[in-house]
Amino acid sequence: MSMNRREFMKANAAIAAAGVAGMALPASASNLITSSEQTKLEWNKAPCRFCGTGCSVIVATRDGKVVATHGDAKSEVNKGLNCVKGYFLSKIMYGRDRLQTPMLRMTDGKYDKNGEFTPVSWDTAFDTMAEKWKKTIKAKGPTAVGMFGSGQWTVWEGYAAVKLMKAGFGSNNIDPNARHCMASAVGGFMRTFGIDEPMGCYDDMEAADAFVLWGSNMAEMHPILWTRVTDRRLSAPHVKVAVLSTFQHRSFDLADLPIVFTPQTDLAMLNFIANYIIQNDKVDKDFISKHVNFRKGETDIGYGLRASHPLQKKAKNVSTAGDSTPIDFEEFKKFVADYDVESVSKLSGVPEHKLIELAELYADPKKKVTSFWTMGFNQHTRGVWCNNLIYNIHLLVGKISTPGNSPFSLTGQPSACGTAREVGTFSHRLPADMEVNNPKHRKIAEDIWNIPEGIIPPKPGYHAVEQNRRLKDGDLNCYWVQVNNNMQAAANMNEEGLPGYRNPDNFIVVSDAYPTVTTQAGDLILPSAMWVEKEGAYGNAERRTQFWHQMVQAPGESMSDLWQLMEFSKRFTTDEVWSKEVLAANPEYKGKTLFEVLFQNGNVEKFPLSDADPKFMNNEAKHFGFYVQKGLFEEYAQFGRGHGHDLADFDRYHEEHGLRWPVVDGKETKWRYREGADPYVKAGKGFEFYGKPDGKAIIFALPYEPAPEVPDEEFDIWLSTGRVLEHWHSGSMTQRVPELYKAFPDAVCFMHPDDAKKRGLRRGDEVKVISRRGEIKTRVETRGRNKPPIGLVFVPWFDASQLINKVTLDATDPLSKQTDFKKCAVKIVKA
Amino acid sequence: MKTRNVLSVFVLLSLSFSAMAETAPVPEDKVATLRLAPIDIEPTPPAMQKVINSDVKQVRNYPMQPPIIPHRIDGYQIDLKVNKCMQCHARNSTGHSQAPMVSVTHYMDRENNFLASLSPRRYYCTQCHVSQLDAKLLVENDFVDVKELMKNPAKTEH
Repeated sequence: MSMNRREFMKANAAIAAAGVAGMALPASASNLITSSEQTKLEWNKAPCRFCGTGCSVIVATRDGKVVATHGDAKSEVNKGLNCVKGYFLSKIMYGRDRLQTPMLRMTDGKYDKNGEFTPVSWDTAFDTMAEKWKKTIKAKGPTAVGMFGSGQWTVWEGYAAVKLMKAGFGSNNIDPNARHCMASAVGGFMRTFGIDEPMGCYDDMEAADAFVLWGSNMAEMHPILWTRVTDRRLSAPHVKVAVLSTFQHRSFDLADLPIVFTPQTDLAMLNFIANYIIQNDKVDKDFISKHVNFRKGETDIGYGLRASHPLQKKAKNVSTAGDSTPIDFEEFKKFVADYDVESVSKLSGVPEHKLIELAELYADPKKKVTSFWTMGFNQHTRGVWCNNLIYNIHLLVGKISTPGNSPFSLTGQPSACGTAREVGTFSHRLPADMEVNNPKHRKIAEDIWNIPEGIIPPKPGYHAVEQNRRLKDGDLNCYWVQVNNNMQAAANMNEEGLPGYRNPDNFIVVSDAYPTVTTQAGDLILPSAMWVEKEGAYGNAERRTQFWHQMVQAPGESMSDLWQLMEFSKRFTTDEVWSKEVLAANPEYKGKTLFEVLFQNGNVEKFPLSDADPKFMNNEAKHFGFYVQKGLFEEYAQFGRGHGHDLADFDRYHEEHGLRWPVVDGKETKWRYREGADPYVKAGKGFEFYGKPDGKAIIFALPYEPAPEVPDEEFDIWLSTGRVLEHWHSGSMTQRVPELYKAFPDAVCFMHPDDAKKRGLRRGDEVKVISRRGEIKTRVETRGRNKPPIGLVFVPWFDASQLINKVTLDATDPLSKQTDFKKCAVKIVKA
Repeated sequence: MKTRNVLSVFVLLSLSFSAMAETAPVPEDKVATLRLAPIDIEPTPPAMQKVINSDVKQVRNYPMQPPIIPHRIDGYQIDLKVNKCMQCHARNSTGHSQAPMVSVTHYMDRENNFLASLSPRRYYCTQCHVSQLDAKLLVENDFVDVKELMKNPAKTEH
């Protein structure tokens, strides 16, 4: 072990000497194996399992195991690079505690809500589930069953889940954890443009002259995109980078213009920039006259808390939160005129010269500017407003849809776009941006799915936060969680999530590859195959759809989420879940299983097993007897083709390193809404925001409004939560990779040294972080990578033994229903 | 302070998957391996660990893995002005530092052209390279080094 170089060489000299002397050494004694037979590895592409960047990796397998991964040199996204998490993908499947069998809480051989987790067969697991589901549906109807998935579902898993819930059980109670992550971005896109997802693409990064980060720590959360920004900034010295956050973090290391602002005042800064552009006559008048309408939005819309909460009662316009009225440019000009540099500087704590310098990046007609944002904007009780307001700025100066001019919403999950948003796994959505409350949209979906009219309910189901509340209240009783760890992830665990899961009236099923805090709170645990243990597809933040093949087998009895969803559907007949009226009107559906209705509907089973590449495993295709993934994908693609969401043919994605939709005539689209770049823009239009009926985007007049909970005398400091580079989300994969675990093993409370001193604390001290809702124990860090200003602390949420979401507030954006995880009031005391 | 670590070792032994295969029930507070405590209890966080500062190279799991940093990097500046890491690891610095030179890939741009100096896309070293704290693992990892698999060619694929 501790041989030095000389000793090492001496030991090896023996082998070399033997070789020279012609002595026959056994192969194992030779220090190198070079036979191609023995050294050969099988290499195949896959998108990374972690964030929404969507890096492509090349995965090496050997003897049924993943043995190495590296960045895909042919991928436009990452060109051979990975971040530290991506480089360790090889190890994420091999944590020793992988779940091996279903486990049901039992006492004396019977299900017991307070029993111990006991290994059971898949049959017992599904039987128990089906019994609970049937009983509940019979007693309370389909609104009492629900499902919680994620932007980590593969495209076809999310699609199968939507079908099972909306077309099978007739329940809209399905939502993804993308609700915590991207809902405000979706709300912003739909409100301003009428169609979801960014108009630009990653190529903007090589073309921009300025970057502005609004509440996004790309250096840690989107490291590979940060390498592209860094590459651009450092190789083209005229480029400027502005980084805005409520605390200083690693992205500030590249900042020409670093800005730390008081939480919630981003709303005012955004309006100041619009005002500055107008006052300095920098508006692109031609652009706005042709392509933009102005509207004024409803204000005082509440904070998405329970209706009984005093703040909710106080708000005047809760029920009309999404309304707006048309105004003109002059009215908009008057509206933003209040946001002058003096008052905004005072409110935000940002010096006036910095605000002006920031506004100039947008105002200067010669600068191409790309704005990036993630959770700082989205996890915000006015998150949709923030998204609307940044589009205001880009639209005012016409800096949009051209290379380098790009308001760019980044995503946190590998398929937040591809699955959660595009497939529409939200409680109010259907595929391709359609919504359940629109009768035409329901008709389209029912036609494609080949189900009777009236199965999809018109009323949106419970969104993520509402699901936890309804579990607690006993309105939602059967609940299935797949591919996420929502007990650890959702805010206000003590008051909502935990009592909801442990409510004796409820039966909670959790599918995961590893035991998590959510499995701990559940009643039945199902072991899941993950990543390259199944064939999959993800869609990244730049509309890029990427496929991968199954390369290895999952351990034990683990099964993919797709298999689980489809197998479960076999246990129900239409008579058990559909209304008598619907069945009477459509007798041909009587007595059929949901499996037959949903997956043997003439579409999904269309492609035979022989279509699947025999070089690869495909457990699901083999099990069901047809190429399930292709059937599901091709049925799903019908929703978007010809409607601005065109996907290429299934088989092509297995060849390409991803394609950005809409893919029309075999060609991907890099910039939408611009003539020449987007085939959907009509000739002569220049730009066309075709998500809106008149082709015009909307600039919204929306004010600054305060946060729901601000520090006071007792709870005297802001808490922001978030991630760290080495861990992805709740750490269920990365905490099991030794190198990543040891790089950042435990959560800490990042704190300004003066704030620590004031409380008699030193680095490393054990403290309690306490809010009105709960507390955790952690340790003080005053020297780490995050440097909060006085008056704010940052605690990451990856650590299962420090559940910071006991402390956070479940206030949401009233429009998007997304939680604000970045702002609540806490106190810090020595433990 | 040490309860969590001691507990984790104990439970890891008893909860390894062979135990699960024997259909042994697992109590609620032992199921979440990264926590090993009831959800409504606040475990005491372990004391802050020290950075491993041995300068001893750690064997890579595969050749493409970015090497772990075997020393402290507290306070290292990597920003618009300075890259502290390259003061030792840049090609021309390795003579005096005797530190390993950054990989040749770090001199290549997005299109794989070699540059005269470090590629700006590789500027922020800590995006790929991390130092290690002397923390005790909560869960072992059973990743198998390909070298081990090569020793057993009898095992066939798929």
